[in-house]
Amino acid sequence: MSQIHEQASLPGCPGCEEPLESGDLFCGACGYDLSAVPAPPGDRPTVAITVPAPSAAGRAPAAPVEWPSASETDSSDLPAPTHRPADLPGTDSGGRPLPTADQAQGPAAVRPAAPDAVRSDRPDDGPEGASGDFELAAPDPRTAEHAAAAGATGGKVCVACRSGRVDTDGYCENCGHAQPRERDHLERELDSVAAVSDRGLRHHRNEDAFAVSSTALPDGSPAVVAIVCDGVSSATRPDEASAAAATAANEALLESLPRGTHPQQAMHEAILAASEAVNALAQEPGRAGEQDPHRHQNAPACTLVGAVMAGGLLVVGWVGDSRVYWVPADRTGPPARLTEDDSWAAQMVATGLMNEAEAYADERAHAITGWLGADAYELEPHTASFKPDRPGLVVVCTDGLWNYAEAATEMAAAVPSDAYERPLHGAQVLVGHALDGGGHDNVTVALLPFAVPSPGAGSACGTT
Amino acid sequence: MANFSKSNVPRFSVDVYQNAYLPEGGREVNAIVTVTSTGGGTTGGVPLADAAPVSTRTPGRAGPSAAVVLMVDCSGSMDYPPTKMRNARDATAAAIDTLRDGTQFAVVAGTHVAEDVYPGDGRLATADASTRARAKEALRRLSAGGGTAIGTWLRLADRLLGAAEVDIRHGILLTDGRNEHEAPEDLRAALESCAGRFTCDARGVGTDWEVKEVTAIASALLGTADIVADPTGLAADFTRMMENAMGKEVADVALRLWTPVGVEIVFVKQVAPTVADLTGRRTGAGPRAGDYPTGSWGDESRDYHVCVRVPEAGIGQEMLAARVSLILPATSGDAAPQTLSQGLVRAVWTDDMVASTSINPQVAHYTGQAELAQVIQQGLDARKSGDFDGATAKLGRAVQLASASGNADTAKLLSKVVDVVDAATGTVRLKARVADADEMTLETRSTKTVRVKK
Repeated sequence: MSQIHEQASLPGCPGCEEPLESGDLFCGACGYDLSAVPAPPGDRPTVAITVPAPSAAGRAPAAPVEWPSASETDSSDLPAPTHRPADLPGTDSGGRPLPTADQAQGPAAVRPAAPDAVRSDRPDDGPEGASGDFELAAPDPRTAEHAAAAGATGGKVCVACRSGRVDTDGYCENCGHAQPRERDHLERELDSVAAVSDRGLRHHRNEDAFAVSSTALPDGSPAVVAIVCDGVSSATRPDEASAAAATAANEALLESLPRGTHPQQAMHEAILAASEAVNALAQEPGRAGEQDPHRHQNAPACTLVGAVMAGGLLVVGWVGDSRVYWVPADRTGPPARLTEDDSWAAQMVATGLMNEAEAYADERAHAITGWLGADAYELEPHTASFKPDRPGLVVVCTDGLWNYAEAATEMAAAVPSDAYERPLHGAQVLVGHALDGGGHDNVTVALLPFAVPSPGAGSACGTT
Repeated sequence: MANFSKSNVPRFSVDVYQNAYLPEGGREVNAIVTVTSTGGGTTGGVPLADAAPVSTRTPGRAGPSAAVVLMVDCSGSMDYPPTKMRNARDATAAAIDTLRDGTQFAVVAGTHVAEDVYPGDGRLATADASTRARAKEALRRLSAGGGTAIGTWLRLADRLLGAAEVDIRHGILLTDGRNEHEAPEDLRAALESCAGRFTCDARGVGTDWEVKEVTAIASALLGTADIVADPTGLAADFTRMMENAMGKEVADVALRLWTPVGVEIVFVKQVAPTVADLTGRRTGAGPRAGDYPTGSWGDESRDYHVCVRVPEAGIGQEMLAARVSLILPATSGDAAPQTLSQGLVRAVWTDDMVASTSINPQVAHYTGQAELAQVIQQGLDARKSGDFDGATAKLGRAVQLASASGNADTAKLLSKVVDVVDAATGTVRLKARVADADEMTLETRSTKTVRVKK
């Protein structure tokens, strides 16, 4: 993962990794007494980012996002156009118009992204306490010698007790706490797509996975791919399933798009490839030590949602309840949800047995009816193709995010106003939104700014 | 039989069975640790590689070097009936025949004092055809007469075994009566001084001995205890015990438990093949670690139940609650002890109720087996003290547990003490007449467990 976006190494709080400013006596997030400890060693492991990137409010954006803005699409200069649901013509795999309920919602529901959508890092912000994953124990005097030893040898120091060294199996030698893993928080940024994935506040590991990439069509025009997968927690090795699916779908698209395969067909095939990759996991024996008897004999499984921007088209594909939203760059236009969940709730709504509010309030709402995995009844990859007539932001996410912004208008409100220009920052803010809401699930979001090719310019999409 | 496909070096594997998921505020973590040793004990005379972890072994010798002392009760009661003494002699002779060539051994005649009747002079003999014949000759001269002071036998065995430079030190003790000629604290002190120096199997013959004395010897010295109610069964039992002792490959293996700061150890029990509480036998081993003795190992598998209490942590957190490893002590003074294998006991806090409320089948099974051993003990104690209602309730529960867990051997023993009306509900009636042998057999074997049906 050499391209994982890393924050520049600002000095951080030894307790919660919150960036500090010179002259701080106490950490602004966790109240840690900074005068009490020596400065943290310079070689702090990069995996110690336990706190999902706190995003805009607390942290100065490390590396300015070099997003070449397509000048003709700079929405802020344009007068607000009137909008109609038909602004965003979509078709499903069969070429029929999509039933997108969100589009029926009126303009009244649209509001510009409020500043409060940006996650603040004040500790009293959320019910969970916004600042960190680990409750910080007071340094134990008995372990003082340990701390000295750890410092002297330069080994990794536990993020929880700050005095024990981290053992080879990833646990602290002193307090036993599991150390953050690489997948706990991942960020990646390419020219035309950015993605952030986070463990959340209530799960012990990140079972989401994503893959983002860009390639070129045979005519040289760029194609951008984002795949987001959510491991099914009730199955065995969901983290491996999501990683395998994201990788396989991404690779399939990188292989077929440059050959000139129609993006919608390519997406269909990519989902089938991902499905095979997940099915293959079921044949492998489980890892040694994975002894969860209540979840054995459950083939690894995950959801998948993907988006491809190529040749002026936006193609989405999905299985399960991960979603794609469309948020126009000009916020006066209506946002829309582009996918239909394979879920119990969606079925209830589709069959008219319940309204949306009732269905999503039900505890069965998140039971999914479609997934990738050897025990899926029959795989029905959904794909849809859109030809947006205006620039906008494609939000590809797992339910860890949309649980906190279900309706398209809510999602649009959560997306910061500059997300089109700064997609990585936008993704960080959206993850922060989910964490502020409680972070009950893993959160993954990929943002793809969609630029409309200028008329006659063909492939001039502004990104190369 | 030589088994050439097996490694010569005993290999230990540790498997941990647990439900690591705790609800919010949950603190107690239970795990069953299955320790399996393979590759030892069945080399059948194939010389072991010098790289074997037991480095004091004499090169070129078959199997690990071992020393065994046979302690035979020669108190006056052994003559009533006279077949008892004869059978004890025959059994000891059968055990001597089972000794592997090269094994060092001695025979101790136990009364109110201990006497090493073969080879004598505080030495050990090395087993071969002629020493075996002479030992059996010495057995014929044994006669019954005198009292019983088991502590003196053990101390003599310890002196004899301590002089030998061997890997495995083992004792076999046979008694037919109560330890009447020394104070209980003398026996306790002898057991304390011998613990960790050699292992010992104990057998009670007839029905005039005290079950708790014999089981205490076996548990302190990490051996087995059993009843041989019918003296004619002694020879077969002695042969089996000696074969088992000859199969031991590594001695003084310890179960090391490392726990993080703030974690409290609730208990550590061996739960298979028998229940034995090890909690109080911890010796410190560096910061936050302690060793529990497990004795010597051949080709075998044992299960341990570890229960720890961890500090509360928030939902989504994960910690290592304990690290369990098998430790072989250093053979020379300054060498580091050898870690044979290890397993991790984890704690993960989740708000998934399905995950946090499910009980691991292994943990549930052995919790039941430990309770089974306990209620049999309590039931028999209640019966002896005349509390028949209490005895009926406890033994009824025992019948229920034995039947639910498929512990057929214990169920059979229980059915000789109670009439089972309904095993599923644990409805029983105490039998009016119970043979002493049946009651003692049940008491002695109450700690035997069965493993989880896979």
